[in-house]
Amino acid sequence: MAKRAAPEVNAGSMADIAFLLLIFFLVTTTIEKDKGLLRSLPPIDDSQVTPPIIKQKNLFTVLINRNNQLLVEDEQMDIKNLRQAAIDFLDNGGSTNAAGESCTYCKGKGLADSSDHPDKAIISMKHDRETSYEQYMDVQNELVAAYNFLREREAARLYKKYYPNADKVFTAMLEEKEKNQYSKDEVLNERIENVKSLFPMKLSEAEPDKN
Amino acid sequence: MSKFRKKDKGELPAISTASLPDIVFMLLFFFMVATVMRDSTLMIENSLPSADQVEKLKKDRTVFIYGGKPNSQYKQFGTEPRIQFNDAFIGVEDVRASVIQAISELNEELQSKVVIGLKVDKNTNAGLVSDIKQELRKANALKVMYIANTKTQN
Repeated sequence: MAKRAAPEVNAGSMADIAFLLLIFFLVTTTIEKDKGLLRSLPPIDDSQVTPPIIKQKNLFTVLINRNNQLLVEDEQMDIKNLRQAAIDFLDNGGSTNAAGESCTYCKGKGLADSSDHPDKAIISMKHDRETSYEQYMDVQNELVAAYNFLREREAARLYKKYYPNADKVFTAMLEEKEKNQYSKDEVLNERIENVKSLFPMKLSEAEPDKN
Repeated sequence: MSKFRKKDKGELPAISTASLPDIVFMLLFFFMVATVMRDSTLMIENSLPSADQVEKLKKDRTVFIYGGKPNSQYKQFGTEPRIQFNDAFIGVEDVRASVIQAISELNEELQSKVVIGLKVDKNTNAGLVSDIKQELRKANALKVMYIANTKTQN
């Protein structure tokens, strides 16, 4: 036979391939969302009111020096032990709060030289100007983790029945709040506030010394 | 038939260009999806610290402040950590004015809920951060988010 012209390639499936790729990238690409630790700063207070005296046992001091070493309650500590130490302090429940109620939900040892009640327990942290930001964040993270751990525990105790499949009840509650942010759910908000009030976050930061 | 006619028969037909628009659309879509919108070019090194107790940030009510050492392109600004706001380096004393300005540009109902996002390089001194925080307290912008990478929980 004589030479024949090559048949034209069918381009009809090209669109399919393009869509396939498009959908693949749509599914796999995640638009980056910033995440971080949310904290509130104290407002500037110019009034000359003498601050109330806080008992030493209700204060959990964390100091970070310029070499990124930790001094917790006057003892040097490794960062990996900080979370548990903070949990033990907050959860101690040695005595009563200002209203005279004892901490019925605390599971701590009730030591006399540790915090009276989660309402009274204050974590105070201070760092040096030369401390690295990374270490500072690690410490913040551990302290927030201690609060979150205890809040999770209480949320699981109180509201597990509403979230039987959730691994972390408090996280599930916050996620639900986030989802329904345009239709306020009073009951849910009240529950979240309740859990927060059981372990109020009292994390104070002192200004580093000027030198 | 003449000799010239015969020669023509063996030539290939023109390549179809029907698929060209598809390819172009594919590229377009890819870049549309993969591009991260960034409002300010970073003039500093910015490798964020990691944390695992993170919360999500609501972008619509956030004012970002960056901190860190000037990167290799901006070596003339020295090696000391600096504060970057939008597209310029600012001093500590300008933080307050810049933040107030940025808040006033936000949507009115979000102004009271403003969050300051601190994107600070992990090798910076914490002293810089506490300076910024003092200024933020003066500006009465009290909600702060230390932006961090998510650490996988172990």
